[in-house]
Amino acid sequence: MTSTTSAPPAQQPKSRPGDRIFAGIAKGAGVLILVILAGVAVFLISESVPALTASPDEISGDGGLASYIGPLVFGTLLSAVIALLVATPLAVAIALFITFYAPRRLAAGLGYVVDLLAAIPSIVYGFWGIFWLAPRLVPFYRWLEENLGFLPFFVGPVSSTGRTMLTIGLVLAVMILPIVSAISREVFSQVPTLHTEAALALGATRWEMIKMAVIPYGKSGVIGGSMLGLGRALGETMAVAIILSGSAAGITWALISSANPQTIAANIALQFPESTGLAVNTLIASGLALFVITLLVNMLARWVVNRRADFSGAN
Amino acid sequence: MAKRIDVSDLDIYYGNFKAVEGVNLSIEPRSITALIGPSGCGKSTFLRSLNRMHEVIPGARVEGKVVIEGQDLYGSDVDPVDVRRQIGMVFQRPNPFPTMSIYDNVAAGLRLNAKKTSKSDMDDLVERSLKGANLWTEVKDRLSRPGSGLSGGQQQRLCIARAIAVQPEVLLMDEPCSALDPISTLAVEDLMMELKEQFTIVIVTHNMQQAARVSETTGFFNLNGVGQPGRLIEYNPTEKIFSNPDEKATEDYISGRFG
Repeated sequence: MTSTTSAPPAQQPKSRPGDRIFAGIAKGAGVLILVILAGVAVFLISESVPALTASPDEISGDGGLASYIGPLVFGTLLSAVIALLVATPLAVAIALFITFYAPRRLAAGLGYVVDLLAAIPSIVYGFWGIFWLAPRLVPFYRWLEENLGFLPFFVGPVSSTGRTMLTIGLVLAVMILPIVSAISREVFSQVPTLHTEAALALGATRWEMIKMAVIPYGKSGVIGGSMLGLGRALGETMAVAIILSGSAAGITWALISSANPQTIAANIALQFPESTGLAVNTLIASGLALFVITLLVNMLARWVVNRRADFSGAN
Repeated sequence: MAKRIDVSDLDIYYGNFKAVEGVNLSIEPRSITALIGPSGCGKSTFLRSLNRMHEVIPGARVEGKVVIEGQDLYGSDVDPVDVRRQIGMVFQRPNPFPTMSIYDNVAAGLRLNAKKTSKSDMDDLVERSLKGANLWTEVKDRLSRPGSGLSGGQQQRLCIARAIAVQPEVLLMDEPCSALDPISTLAVEDLMMELKEQFTIVIVTHNMQQAARVSETTGFFNLNGVGQPGRLIEYNPTEKIFSNPDEKATEDYISGRFG
């Protein structure tokens, strides 16, 4: 007894042209971003191949690709991490002040000023850093060397120009401050009244309410904002190229001496005009390293955010 | 622990707008007092003025007196934070902290009272509060899971557990069942009947059957028109309000002729 009846034709929902067009545009935009990303990755890899396969003595400097890129990667990460360590607490504090403490009129003005910081071109930050900030930091660096010189970060001799790793970290911190604080402010202002009132009704002071309801709720947003800031700090070119007196110092933890490793982006900007042939491929290989670093940083951030997704408040 | 509340000549403002006018009443300890009335008549506003949650809204203020066992809540030397530690509140929509586990939600208020509590004491308090809120058997195996994963009714009982964990003197409930289904509502009402042995309970409700079921005393709020302040029209034993009210407006409201 075999039955030959096929399954009834699946009911097609009526499709409207407007829906189809919108879905098409949205899908197209989504695919486009993947195509661009893949294109960049393919370009970086294919152009790096000559450098990756070259024998060590052909690469500028001696000791091959790894010892050329290694210090650059280190310099890039070090400057970006300093920037992040300085900027994130400050940005969160600014965001909390604007959202919960400042009088309404002051809050609006202050938010505007912080956003304005983001609009300043990075070359201007570079000039500001080299002519204004760096000389003023030198006495402070001397003090650090005298009092905290036993730490590897503050060993002498202190740079007399102030164009050091710590200076660039601080300039980068100012540069990423607006994006981190703008995103923090946004998430803090979205904390439901329901939750802040729950904390207040339990007898929380304003600070306790912030600790109990606001910061846990906004944590993933703040991490996301910091990672955007970190991305900008990792890729910052002009300010670093101008300020950091890039000597090929190799890997060093000294933050206030004149021997500093360059960062990848600044090194590319400085070396590119005078490079030909394999040297260009070497620079592109360092660019590939930067690409991989930012990818890893983003994956790490996502993992941190998702780890406690149940408790995120999004459900 | 349960305390008596005396309110005299209370006017409540949002900025320049007078939302509630001239309230005089006394709330008995160890009883449930229900506040009923049409939307916008100021009953929730009045409730929030009893634990100084009203002033959380910018520009909101109060004139008049609220006295709990001889202590004026609005005295110049009274810290609103201390008031709220003595007077717990349960909100219309369940609001457990989504970033905290069930356990931490109950412990949240206790941890605010900076006193160091040992782990075992804290465990006891959490268990006792959850039992007090009739929630213990449902959640005892998943105390470390987020509170936001519970059903609406369970979340509301979790909020009640959180409120009673700090042993308040008064428990204010702002339409605690309006977002709940009938079975969860019944669970919360049963819970209120048990809690009134220990606490003074004031509940705002839109559900007149609920007011009739649970409360000893009922206050009816009304307003003359849009933009007018709300007033306490009648304040009497629940039985009298629902059978033979003094005021015509109360009778009209209760019999469904308006509102």
